[in-house]
Amino acid sequence: MTSETLGRSQGQRTGSFLLHAGMVLAALAFLFPFFWMVTNAIRPNAEVLAVPPQLLPSDWQWSNFVYAWLYLPFGRFFLNSIIVAGGITILTLAVSSMAAYAFARLRFPFSGSLFVVYLATLMVPQAVIVIPLFLMMSWLGWMNSFQGLILPMAFSTFGTFMLRQYFLQIPKELEEAAMIEGCSRLTIFLRIILPLSRPMLGLLALFTFTGQWNSFLWPLIIVNGPEYSTIPLGLTLFQSQQGVQWNYMMAGSTISMLPGILLTLALQRYIFSGIAMGSGFGGR
Amino acid sequence: MQSKPSAAPSRAGTGRAKAMLRDDRRAAFWFLLPSFLGLAVFLLLPLAASLALSFTNWQLIGQSKFVGWRNYVNLLTIDPSFWQILRNTFHFTIEYLVLNIVISLTMAVWISNLRWGKRFFRLIFFLPTFTPLIGSAIVWLLIFTPGGFADWFFSALHLPIPNLLTSPDLAIQAIVIVSLWSGFGYNLLLFGAALEAIPSTYLDAAAIDGASSWQRFWRIKLPLISPTLFFGTVMTAITSLQVFDQVYALTRGGPGSATATLGFSIYRTGFAAYKMGYASAIAWVLFVIIMALTILQLRVQRRWVHYDL
Repeated sequence: MTSETLGRSQGQRTGSFLLHAGMVLAALAFLFPFFWMVTNAIRPNAEVLAVPPQLLPSDWQWSNFVYAWLYLPFGRFFLNSIIVAGGITILTLAVSSMAAYAFARLRFPFSGSLFVVYLATLMVPQAVIVIPLFLMMSWLGWMNSFQGLILPMAFSTFGTFMLRQYFLQIPKELEEAAMIEGCSRLTIFLRIILPLSRPMLGLLALFTFTGQWNSFLWPLIIVNGPEYSTIPLGLTLFQSQQGVQWNYMMAGSTISMLPGILLTLALQRYIFSGIAMGSGFGGR
Repeated sequence: MQSKPSAAPSRAGTGRAKAMLRDDRRAAFWFLLPSFLGLAVFLLLPLAASLALSFTNWQLIGQSKFVGWRNYVNLLTIDPSFWQILRNTFHFTIEYLVLNIVISLTMAVWISNLRWGKRFFRLIFFLPTFTPLIGSAIVWLLIFTPGGFADWFFSALHLPIPNLLTSPDLAIQAIVIVSLWSGFGYNLLLFGAALEAIPSTYLDAAAIDGASSWQRFWRIKLPLISPTLFFGTVMTAITSLQVFDQVYALTRGGPGSATATLGFSIYRTGFAAYKMGYASAIAWVLFVIIMALTILQLRVQRRWVHYDL
């Protein structure tokens, strides 16, 4: 009896060890592309396609990062990405929080049907509207411009939907008290609702920013040449340069991935809680 | 004596309520104006324009005219590449979807059974999620490129696998692998959170009744997380139907049209061949497929609203 339970618990212990060991192996295999990216970023280009592949560089050329940065105007790409992703994030937060407040708290005719229209726009894939948007941008003379990169992408109703759900949970009594004191809707929105919604606004900002940082199709369509290229678009410019500089390309990929990885590491708890809500934040 | 003070505020109350309603309407107008204008100009108008364009032979240069259903008829009957594009898109979506869900669910269950490191392992697999797909795709391009790591790896294992990117039959597998690597961590996290939310009393009770861990998975865990599973599956299906970045970076639709998907073909037809009317028709085929999926999701989800966890 005792030996049997002992045996089982020992079996369980080996089982648990195997579960962990297997997971460590799976994680290492999963991390290989990251390893391959960084080690190829810092080796001489002639060694990149060596047969058999060398796991570690013979010569650790960290200076490749500097050369990659200078080979194409990567500083410019980085700045463009920050301006575009940042601009879209700020606009999205402002516009969708205002609309969300109207849908959550204000009584007006056709609010229900209008909300359904807002929701329905979530279904429209970007690929369906890029052609008319492109024609509109060229008509406005907004090709190769920040307004062209930012404005058409800044009105996703996803934030409106998420924030409305969040605003609905805020007790109405807080607003009623403020109204009795004579506060306007705008004051209530700015002084009560927004400060109370910081966690959700932060989550929306994070997912909007990273989503736009990674966005590729729209910049590809309306940007020509390096001046307004964002980072993902800049990476593909490496491909079209003469003679593939694999090491610089890997250095570029590393640079493009670094902000997302750092954000993930720094804000993991926050991100995980956002996804656990099952809201479709950043769904893939 | 007591009724008077209560009557006065109530009369003033109805007046105030009416004033508030009027104020509400005015406030709603201003609060909604920016988002509505943006939506109308940058989404509703282009959407209507794209439908209208799909009935024309619009090109960047030259005369454009209304052609009725001809684009759609050409797509479905004459254009030999369209069926291949549709087949590629469904091939990719179905294979990616099945693998994504199976892998992310298996890993989620596996990780939830670990004694330590749950958060750590979830974090590892989530790492590519917030990085540009173009960045991941370029790293995998180096791995798959002729003479690259993958070729060496397969030959070292004596596997008769040709180079993925240059093989018309296998190129789509490269797209699937890249998409899985950068995408399954999200569903892993989603399903992991749903598994954590299952009350341990359910599982304990089943264990006491002698249910094996296999039975506990199929009879308790899986039914309880099925709403999340369904949600994740539909979201993943909708995004993978639109696959573009990976295709652009890895194969540009090639070799031939072996990896050209709907998303890629809209781009190629519209912005490389400048046939914008025809590209709009392809775009609407994609849209109709996605609409059908979304409606299916809403239908099924409605049945699940009363499903209590």
